[in-house]
Amino acid sequence: MKIAVIKYNSGNVQSVLYALERLGVQAELTDDAEKIRSADKVVFPGQGEASTAMKYLKKRNLDTLIGDLKQPFLGVCLGLQLLCEHSEENDTKCLGIFPVKVKKFVPENSQEFKVPHVGWNELEDLKNNPLLADLPANPFVYYVHSYYAELSNLTLASTHYIHDFSGILHRDNYYAIQAHPEKSGLVGEKLLSNFLRI
Amino acid sequence: MLTKRIIPCLDIKEGRTVKGVNFVELRDAGDPVELAKIYSDEGADELVFLDITATVDKRKTLAELVTKVAKAINIPFTVGGGISTVEDVKVLLNAGADKISINSSAVKNPQIINEMAAEFGSQCIVVAIDTRNVDGIDFVHTHGGRRATLLKTQEWAQEVCERGAGEILLTSMDHDGTKAGFSNELLAEISSALSIPVIASGGAGTMAHFKDVFTFGKADAALAASIFHFKEIGIPELKRYLADSEISIRN
Repeated sequence: MKIAVIKYNSGNVQSVLYALERLGVQAELTDDAEKIRSADKVVFPGQGEASTAMKYLKKRNLDTLIGDLKQPFLGVCLGLQLLCEHSEENDTKCLGIFPVKVKKFVPENSQEFKVPHVGWNELEDLKNNPLLADLPANPFVYYVHSYYAELSNLTLASTHYIHDFSGILHRDNYYAIQAHPEKSGLVGEKLLSNFLRI
Repeated sequence: MLTKRIIPCLDIKEGRTVKGVNFVELRDAGDPVELAKIYSDEGADELVFLDITATVDKRKTLAELVTKVAKAINIPFTVGGGISTVEDVKVLLNAGADKISINSSAVKNPQIINEMAAEFGSQCIVVAIDTRNVDGIDFVHTHGGRRATLLKTQEWAQEVCERGAGEILLTSMDHDGTKAGFSNELLAEISSALSIPVIASGGAGTMAHFKDVFTFGKADAALAASIFHFKEIGIPELKRYLADSEISIRN
């Protein structure tokens, strides 16, 4: 199985590669259009700032490429946000795979709710989907983010912080997880191995 | 619901785990990668590696260790100890660290916090603050708590937050190694005043101390070393105890 991990100016991609390695698959970190197009699965990781990331993707025509892909595709963290329609982070037009808006957490009470949302939180209201097969009820995953995708009919699982938001989104061949599965212990491993089986 | 985090801290010297009692006397507590794996399997929510190596090879050995840890474990970890430049951070993040922590270098050059946050994002910049109470006032200390500064702890915490730190790791040097409980009053004051998470450190001795630091101390996470290394408290039993005490915890 050929796994392409999309290379762009985002932080800590190494952890995603190591996590895939622990599952026994060798992934290639690449921004080569042909390699991405011919891969069996594509992973789109991310950490960083939305407008800078979008500029980088556009400059290399990776924005249109991502929209045309047919194989199973997994966005992670900023990867999820970039697959949405628009992000409040520097008013950025994103890839629009999911017709969902990305907003900033605005706590009413900054003592109770700190931003970024950092730590382990639960995935709730899990839909019946192969990505979520054999997970425990309300599994914990590790989050680090200041922006969130709104709930939508594409939401496969939600998480509550200040309010409910999309923890996992899915449309056609596109899946995306706001948390970091590569850092989410056994639950994260299960999510990644489920994705590899799709 | 977002849970409180339990964070074992591994002090590293030349690639081996050590833990000082009040940072002076060092004892060997094993292989860091093996220990990290055990803690991760036991349910630790995160790990912190604090490198106290003072040799010229320090940077290389630390980056090698970070790579080994990142390959072996599937929970987040922070690396600290002697980090002072943007380049130091880049090397460690590229090796697989999730966050880095800076301490004395931030006191010496506060602007470095802004630079690191701008380059890598606030989420991976932890500012560690060592504090000691001198005649009723809390002052920041550096160099493992040996050197006093004129910075008041509360003011410095506010400043690092404004400069872009993603989290604060607050160690009370008065409590560290005493096993008499965390510095709950100071922690509560700082945690309430800041919009970023606070990790409490120094003084853990019993399971009740953890409950207290999450309730009275308003900490978002609690860090400890020797009580975990010497198996005085097991992470699974600690988490059961906290869950029974109605603290939101990952089980």
